[in-house]
Amino acid sequence: MSLRQLTPGADAIDVSSLRVSYDDVTALEHVSVRVRARTICGLIGVNGSGKSTLFKALMGLVQATSGTVRIFGAAPKDARKLNAVSYVPQAEDVDWTFPVSVRDVVMMGRYGSLGPSRRPRPADRAAVAAALERVGLVDLQHRQIGELSGGQRKRAFVARGIAQDAGLLLLDEPFAGVDKASEAGLTSLFKDLRDEGKTILVSTHDLAGIPQLCDEAILLHQRVLAHGRPETVLTNENLALAFGTALSDVPEGHHGDR
Amino acid sequence: MEIVNWLFEPLQYGFLTKALLVTVAAAAVSAALSCWLILMGWSLMGDAVSHAVLPGVALAYIFGLPFSVGAFVFGAGAVALIGAVRSTTKLKGDTAIGVVFTALFAFGLAIISKTPSQTDLQHILFGNVLGVSLPELLQVLVLGAVTLAVLLYKRRDLTLLAFDRIHAHAIGLNTRWLTALLLGLLALTVVVGLQAVGIILVVAMLITPGATAFLLTRNFDRMLLISITITVAAAIAGIYASYYLDVSTGASVVLAQALVFLAVYLLGPRNGIVWQWRRRRARAAVSRQHEQIPA
Ligand SMILES: Nc1ncnc2c1ncn2[C@@H]1O[C@H](COP(=O)(O)OP(=O)(O)O)[C@@H](O)[C@H]1O
Ligand SMILES: [Mg+2]
Repeated sequence: MSLRQLTPGADAIDVSSLRVSYDDVTALEHVSVRVRARTICGLIGVNGSGKSTLFKALMGLVQATSGTVRIFGAAPKDARKLNAVSYVPQAEDVDWTFPVSVRDVVMMGRYGSLGPSRRPRPADRAAVAAALERVGLVDLQHRQIGELSGGQRKRAFVARGIAQDAGLLLLDEPFAGVDKASEAGLTSLFKDLRDEGKTILVSTHDLAGIPQLCDEAILLHQRVLAHGRPETVLTNENLALAFGTALSDVPEGHHGDR
Repeated sequence: MEIVNWLFEPLQYGFLTKALLVTVAAAAVSAALSCWLILMGWSLMGDAVSHAVLPGVALAYIFGLPFSVGAFVFGAGAVALIGAVRSTTKLKGDTAIGVVFTALFAFGLAIISKTPSQTDLQHILFGNVLGVSLPELLQVLVLGAVTLAVLLYKRRDLTLLAFDRIHAHAIGLNTRWLTALLLGLLALTVVVGLQAVGIILVVAMLITPGATAFLLTRNFDRMLLISITITVAAAIAGIYASYYLDVSTGASVVLAQALVFLAVYLLGPRNGIVWQWRRRRARAAVSRQHEQIPA
């Protein structure tokens, strides 16, 4: 079986006319977005607006009712086989009591390129060590995964993505339950990764951090309400559409003026 | 000398040696599988599969087939039926499990009640490890070895499946296939375990070992090792206890596992509740002292 290759120069994400439903709930419809490679794109929307569903569609984890998804030019199935996508789950989707260490979790990033028993080779240990170093968790690598702070937990999962060496990182609410200092640390880590050639799609409902972190933003509410540079997306009208009347939640100076 | 005699006396009986082998094999396999079962949250699935094999065992006895064939067919069949009910209705998973396994268990009881007395309900339900024949012993040893080997070979994938199914999917692993594999291994483990302790108690062998080991460590490989070691030791202790105290073997083996769990629950070095209770008392005493100082 020959796998399709990723297309060099293709958009990291190319979704067109995507529709996803769970039984009778329509989670996404008419979603068409392209995200160029080497950008940090913020995915903004209230709870239930379809952010996690869009991530799942990008990984081919939910079946699209209609529409197409391409990752670096490849279908999700091929992109997965080519180790092109890495996912950092929402905190509430992780079993923090699970008996795995930080290092074990990061090693799981390597499994896709290992043989059937997933026995790590020296190169894999080196990649894991480098990823741990990168996120500053070397000293905590033998801790059980739940014995970390909120920010450290996120860094552990980002390290897994680094060890995997995927071109596209999907981060579902990485700033939820994370203090400001850790958020700043994660932000600069994401920017470094972008500068090294990664594409990062990060969902959040923390609007304050968006202009600082993102090259572009997508405002989602079942459909794409706006997509573009953060300052053009985060306008009062757009936010009113996406967040209803909760405009007072938006911190001063962090949304556009028009 | 005394103790050596005490240890070897039961082994002069061939049937006891066979019982010991069957029980140790069953203990090792179920202790290993148990670690994944409890982390997947599949305890009820273990209960279901172990009850659902009853008609398979009964039919195997009637038609003179190897019990393991009948049991495996119905164990795997139950898993498939549960999956079908779950995916074609909006019923919750545990509801689908409950409907399917009770139906199959009742079907098994009905078959047994309609057949002549050579199928001994008592033996099927509660195990007959002292009456294990040589072919049955061989079946258990071979199936046990295969199951354990596959579990250990695929242990990293299975642990990833239990920990983060979405990541497993995202990196291109076939999570449906892995789930099916684990369910198949569950059915095989039930087949092995029911020879040792019978259908009713085999679920204890699927849950208690992993639960005990989980309380003792936060490292999966260590959990696996602890689970197997403790469970095999408890199984051997159970067999000896059943010989010297003249109690039902299956019950004795399961009680030994339960006693180890109780000891770890109460006195385990990590989170034994006795220590928790003493820490709380000590803290309360300290805060009482603090209250008294200003007075
Ligand atoms: N597994 C599921 N089954 C049924 N409905 C779901 C499921 N997951 C999400 N939904 C529904 O789809 C919509 C989008 O959810 P989600 O993608 O989780 O939003 P977000 O991540 O933005 O909070 C919501 O209405 C939610 O209730
Ligand atoms: Mg979500």
